[in-house]
Amino acid sequence: MIECKNIKKTYINGEAETQALKGVSFTIKDGEFVAIMGPSGSGKSTLMHILGALDTPTSGTYFLDGEDVSKLSDDELADIRGGKIGFVFQSFNLLPRAEVIRNVILPLVYLKVSPEEREKRAREALTSAGLEENRWHHLSNQLSGGQIQRVAIARALVNNPSLIMADEPTGNLDTKTGEIVLKTFQDLNKKEGHTIILITHELDVAEHADRIIHIRDGAIVTDEENKNKRVIKICE
Amino acid sequence: MTIKDLLKETSSGLLSNKVRTGLTMLGIVIGIASVISMLAVGNGATNSIQSRIESTGSNLVVISPGAVKTAGSNVKTSRGSANTLTMSDVDAIKSGVTSAKYIAATVSTQKQIVAAGMNTNTSVIGTTPSYVEIKNLVLDLGTFFSDEQVTQLSRVAVIGPTTRDDLFGSGVDAVGQTIRISGNEFTVIGVTLAKGGTGLGSADDVVYIPINVAQQFFTGNKYVSAINISAQSADLVTDVQNQATDILLSRHNITDATKADFSTMNQSDMLETASSITATMTALLAAIAGISLLVGGIGIMNMMLTTVTERTREIGLRKAVGAKKRDIRLQFLIESIMLTAIGGAVGIVVGIAIAWGITLTGLLTAKISLMSVLLSFGVSALIGIVFGYYPAARASNLNPIDALRYE
Repeated sequence: MIECKNIKKTYINGEAETQALKGVSFTIKDGEFVAIMGPSGSGKSTLMHILGALDTPTSGTYFLDGEDVSKLSDDELADIRGGKIGFVFQSFNLLPRAEVIRNVILPLVYLKVSPEEREKRAREALTSAGLEENRWHHLSNQLSGGQIQRVAIARALVNNPSLIMADEPTGNLDTKTGEIVLKTFQDLNKKEGHTIILITHELDVAEHADRIIHIRDGAIVTDEENKNKRVIKICE
Repeated sequence: MTIKDLLKETSSGLLSNKVRTGLTMLGIVIGIASVISMLAVGNGATNSIQSRIESTGSNLVVISPGAVKTAGSNVKTSRGSANTLTMSDVDAIKSGVTSAKYIAATVSTQKQIVAAGMNTNTSVIGTTPSYVEIKNLVLDLGTFFSDEQVTQLSRVAVIGPTTRDDLFGSGVDAVGQTIRISGNEFTVIGVTLAKGGTGLGSADDVVYIPINVAQQFFTGNKYVSAINISAQSADLVTDVQNQATDILLSRHNITDATKADFSTMNQSDMLETASSITATMTALLAAIAGISLLVGGIGIMNMMLTTVTERTREIGLRKAVGAKKRDIRLQFLIESIMLTAIGGAVGIVVGIAIAWGITLTGLLTAKISLMSVLLSFGVSALIGIVFGYYPAARASNLNPIDALRYE
């Protein structure tokens, strides 16, 4: 459950003040699949940073599962990210020198999960993300783009988060691979009930979600159910 | 994060750029190796100098005449050349100094010595048989002269190996041969074993004759050049020195000890002087080695700063998935400590090998102390902490958003 009330974010750069978010309010219920859409400079990245507990708002409140995240210290934010949020980035951000399974385990290392438990949960997450088992001990630079993004999705799932934040997850993938990744998100949402927020600037990507929040110039333009939901049929 | 996780992370970090890790480590290896080997050389030099001083006699106190310390208007002759100590002073010390083990007075002169057409100019020392014990002399051939030969004014001589070589040729059995010292004939009755040491005052280039013969034939008076006393034990050296000083002061009617007409010196004074010199030398060597260690440490810091910059995105990702500042700081700190600890361990091995190599050349016996090994290992770990802290702190303070965006 996410509740944002009148979130504002102002960056001060010398003399100039930039208002990236001008009072944004919305609620996302558990199990929703929401796309936040807007052109670059619209403030969607800033919103993503705040929702992902990477940053705090200048004013306003942000409740995640009933806990006010807007006033926490750096280390408390790290705890929130580690325990409740899974990230999927446009540029994947895998550790290049580590095996797939160690990449997936990484969030659990900081959560102080026992080594046996880590291994078990990483296997489950990789299975959910749909990466073939024969790739689990490869290094990430031996995988294709789609496979890498599945590793990143498994990493986002491994801590069983309340919220998965996907920041342009298809931005570095070709259309077909992108579709497969988006299908994975839909499955995770439908079959496993994960709450997913998809950040994108492309309408056809956003249309894979159930609800689309349009944002422009730091404010919400529209917030409505997605009536043209794309359902992907993958031809194997 | 468990210790095992940390070690896994840091070792994969260090192994990712093996050449750079190796070169940076080399700086620490050279630093630690030079500290260990230089301290070993310093210790070895100290030991060899001390053993040389000790070989001149054990627990020795030497009393020499003519140390008038107050500045006078009259022209003075060189110290030790004054005639203030006599054989009766020696007898008084013999009966008065209870802690003394051996006492031997000497009369020293420099004379021309001729034998079988060869000649040399060397020091002639008139003394008594106990001189053998005091100076740890060992006879190679023949015997030293006895107390009877001293009282009978026997014209006998014991010569050092260098003098024997000069007069008779090396290795020749000179016992029974005749030598002429300033025209007076002496019979050689013994040759001492080489003690080492060259140049002026060498214990190997010398002729020993009975003390009263030396007084009668060469100095023509009853004075002595020095009184050598060996104490019963090292603890009693100061006792001996004080007792002898008191006896001589009262015999010479001197009340103010600063105006004594003789000077005393004991072996521990000499050892102290020598060891303060070698300690300074050792400190100097260690300081030079320490500078190379410091340079190595700066190398570590440089490498860690580069690593942190290169791995900015990785740091951002770790923070995004829940790493706290402390986790990041620890990871990079342990990386630099691991670097210096391994470098330090290799450095210790190399340092011991260098010290061993120096010993093999025979110049001196380098002595590695456990203390210096532990100390330099501690120092290398400390360098890891000191020079790794700033880069690690920098890494831990990175903002995850900026770090993730970093190109």
